Amino acid sequence: MNLLEMKNIKKEFNGLKVLMDISLHVKEGEIVSIIGPSGSGKSTLLRCATMLTDVDSGEITYMGKKTVWMENGKPVTPPKKELKEICSCFGLVFQNFNLFPHYSVMKNITDAPIHVQKRDKTEVYQEARELLAKMGLSDKEDAYPCQLSGGQCQRVAIARALALNPKILFFDEPTSALDPELTGEVLRVIRSLADLHITMVIVTHEMNFARDISDRIIFMDQGVIAVEGTPEQVFSSEHDRMKEFLGKFHQGA
Amino acid sequence: MSFQVMLQQLTTGFGSTLMIFCLTLLFSLPLGLVVYFGRVCRFKPLSWLVKCYISIMRGTPLMLQLLLWYFGPFYLWGMNIGGYKFTAIILGCSLNYAAYFAEIYRSGIESIPVGQYEAAQLLGYNRQQTFFKIVLPQMVKIVLPSVTNEVITLVKDTSLVYSVSYIEMFARAKQIAAAETTVMPFMIAGVFYYIFNFVVAWIMEWFEKKMNYYH
Repeated sequence: MNLLEMKNIKKEFNGLKVLMDISLHVKEGEIVSIIGPSGSGKSTLLRCATMLTDVDSGEITYMGKKTVWMENGKPVTPPKKELKEICSCFGLVFQNFNLFPHYSVMKNITDAPIHVQKRDKTEVYQEARELLAKMGLSDKEDAYPCQLSGGQCQRVAIARALALNPKILFFDEPTSALDPELTGEVLRVIRSLADLHITMVIVTHEMNFARDISDRIIFMDQGVIAVEGTPEQVFSSEHDRMKEFLGKFHQGA
Repeated sequence: MSFQVMLQQLTTGFGSTLMIFCLTLLFSLPLGLVVYFGRVCRFKPLSWLVKCYISIMRGTPLMLQLLLWYFGPFYLWGMNIGGYKFTAIILGCSLNYAAYFAEIYRSGIESIPVGQYEAAQLLGYNRQQTFFKIVLPQMVKIVLPSVTNEVITLVKDTSLVYSVSYIEMFARAKQIAAAETTVMPFMIAGVFYYIFNFVVAWIMEWFEKKMNYYH
């Protein structure tokens, strides 16, 4: 089953066409990486998928439920309550974490499950502790984000997103704000999620990581999907722009 | 008049000063938030109206505003203003300070990164939750130094109520000074104001330290 379906997504900012007719789908359990040069629209696509940015036109469907569709040439969404219900099926990990600085690590993770999902407090805390253990942060429960390294912050952010039990988890360049050492620890955590068969869509510049982890890779360039396929297909693609992009990557590596 | 009597009379006056100060803060701090909401309201006529209100409150002297609040009802509707003086003072001071607080709150709220709102949205918080759980607590920490400034100014601004001949510490000092031809009461009042502000600054610093658990 397709968890997410995006059809003919278009988006411009002040006349600049950022997304030009993008369609993509994500199946349950699938890991999809989106790669491409800066400014190719990867992050915008993710922001459209997570409803942080409104699309100009196109359709978005989560689990068969219409989330955005066109009516009289304008994109429309379902009523607020229904939309919120749909939106609770996905989570997003930001490039710069966006943890709440005034909340402890524990509260960052547990506050939304308790006050948004209205779940039982002790159960949520127990689950949060398990998540923190999985992230290797058991001793950081009472720390505040300002006391953590970037890598630790990002792992807390991943735990925070997971605590809401999303069906699909988006990552927006999760390691771009981190140095190589910290990048490694965050990528390890994301890999461990792959073993749990969590559906993930990852925008990343980490080519090796994308190649290893993904079921499918999407190469975006100038607002369109230029190449799409399995890691082998994409990395051996004869597409000019793709070769140029990967050439730079091979040189750098 | 002995020093002791002077001191005693000024202390009584200080009670009134303290009362004006506390009540003004009590009303203007939350009212500032209401004014802020009006200021950023998406309903344009309201936000424009509130903008005018802030402009007038900040653009005219508090003393003039106090005189208007006190004598206005009498000249406009012939209202009996005998027992209304204290109400007029609290009304005038609160509405004036609320305008300043609203702008301080706005500056604080606008400096909160947009990522905080986006994270809150993704986690499913509704607008009220986002404001009261995420934005407001962070705003308080940011605006605390500016609020301290205003609160200290308010301590001194309470002396302006002498213009509607309300007898608090400053007015009492003036009376005694005129009657006894001495500057002593002014000096005592000055010491009172200074100590009061010292305590206010100390309390606010304590709040700031308490908020220092994150940055």
